Amino acid sequence: MIGSICLMMNNIIKKNRYLVLRRTLQFGLLLLFGGANWWGWTFLMGNYSSAYVLESFYLADPHAVLQTFAAGFVMSTDAIVGGIIVLLFYGLIAGRSFCSWVCPVNILTDLATWMRKKWRISENDNFLRINRKTRYWILGLGLILSPIVGVAAFEVINPIGMLHRGVIFGFGMSWTFVVAVFLFDLLLVEYGWCGHLCPLGAFYTLSSRFALIKVKHDAEKCTLCMKCKDVCHEVQVLDLIGEESGYIKGACSNCGRCVEVCDDDALKFSVYNYKN
Amino acid sequence: MADELQNNSRRDALKTLFQGIGVLSLGGSLWGSAAIKLKASELTLRPPGALEEEDFVKACLRCGTCVEACPYDTLKLATLDDHTAMGTPFFEARLVPCYMCPDVPCVPVCPSGALDVKVIAKQVDGHNTDEPDIRRAKMGIAVVDQETCLAYWGIQCDVCYRACPLMDEAITLEYKRNERTGKHAFLEPVVHADICTGCGLCEHACVTEKAAIFVLPREIATGKVGEHYIKGWDKADEERLINIKKAKTKESAPEDVLNDWEHLLDDE
Repeated sequence: MIGSICLMMNNIIKKNRYLVLRRTLQFGLLLLFGGANWWGWTFLMGNYSSAYVLESFYLADPHAVLQTFAAGFVMSTDAIVGGIIVLLFYGLIAGRSFCSWVCPVNILTDLATWMRKKWRISENDNFLRINRKTRYWILGLGLILSPIVGVAAFEVINPIGMLHRGVIFGFGMSWTFVVAVFLFDLLLVEYGWCGHLCPLGAFYTLSSRFALIKVKHDAEKCTLCMKCKDVCHEVQVLDLIGEESGYIKGACSNCGRCVEVCDDDALKFSVYNYKN
Repeated sequence: MADELQNNSRRDALKTLFQGIGVLSLGGSLWGSAAIKLKASELTLRPPGALEEEDFVKACLRCGTCVEACPYDTLKLATLDDHTAMGTPFFEARLVPCYMCPDVPCVPVCPSGALDVKVIAKQVDGHNTDEPDIRRAKMGIAVVDQETCLAYWGIQCDVCYRACPLMDEAITLEYKRNERTGKHAFLEPVVHADICTGCGLCEHACVTEKAAIFVLPREIATGKVGEHYIKGWDKADEERLINIKKAKTKESAPEDVLNDWEHLLDDE
């Protein structure tokens, strides 16, 4: 009896191993950032726009640095180098994993999606239909608008920033934007914000095309159960499932949900082979 | 048949193109107007060493490292209801003023250069050094409302004068005879804009219900004379006259110009 419960627990953890890791990292980073403001810790000062790491070097949001550059201001070396470090890390190694491993909005939109599925909110029909490519247009529009309005255009309306600044420094009325994103995902469009609109996700999708870490599909092992397509936030990247073996590319955020739900060992994290 | 198909596809392409342009301009104008509103921050006090407001709002990454570096919890990051550029640091002097730390910890931690040590560089023999000098900060200017300042009523109050970290420099007391009583003096606080850093310790300390001395951004609290006024009694200012180029004047008399109506006629 106890043995079977243990087995079940083990199975649940195994089936959610990346989810547990991701949430640990996401909440852990929030705690480190928050601790800097609340208790004076010095592991990670600042926030996701720019972090001062161990009082020795900076990381910066490359999208924000780029918008500022478009607005006509060249930041000082600390921010530029910090932006390049982050860009190279995701671009060459980790892929679009900022979105599902770091970004705090992901916790919120995942919750919205979970509730949406549990309560069967507009299961068969989205209330609103939006093209997944819209985010690239928003990315471009933000860079065009920045010099016109004289400020990093996305940063002044950025709900990601409002959420993490809110948690770390206090929300004020900015919670309205955050709740809007949550309700948008819950009621209007499935995976609405992260999968259709967010220009930061679009930025990382474009910049991490050649990243090393990618999920690899083995079509020979696949039994076409389609569990992976059920959990995937960017289901269009799974077109090759059951048809041909290969790496999952495009907007995949390396969240690993497909890897953990697959019962056939047909999906695995692996290192991208440039020769193929 | 083939022609018709081609026509249709061309028409569809044009339609999609114009639709796309339309949606983009709609989104762009909504977003743009929201962005302009959300970056507006005219009555905001910035940390020491901040660039000019327009550049500051562009440069700031909204990371809040300065907020965490401040030992007095003076700085806050603007939220939607603060009427200040979204996410940028500011302070409200009446609540928590800037205590003018000699090492200015908020400035060197800024990664973007929105807060720049160069703006408040310590000067030795007229040359800038790499060290910050908090006395060179220009966060704002304290302004006295003479109608509600107790000292201007004739009641003895020198709270702002004594709270000022640059006492007797940024705020001095001017003595005047009180004609009403005939035997007392007014001790009126006067702010000297060239010294005042805008730290707001005076506003914080002011005893009236709503502060009678308060800090305004320099942009708001200062006027501008214009290039064409020259202080004749100031040798350095007077020297500007030497380099002035003489404006070209017409050699003909004004009435000649008025009476010359030939140029009004057509060439024919």
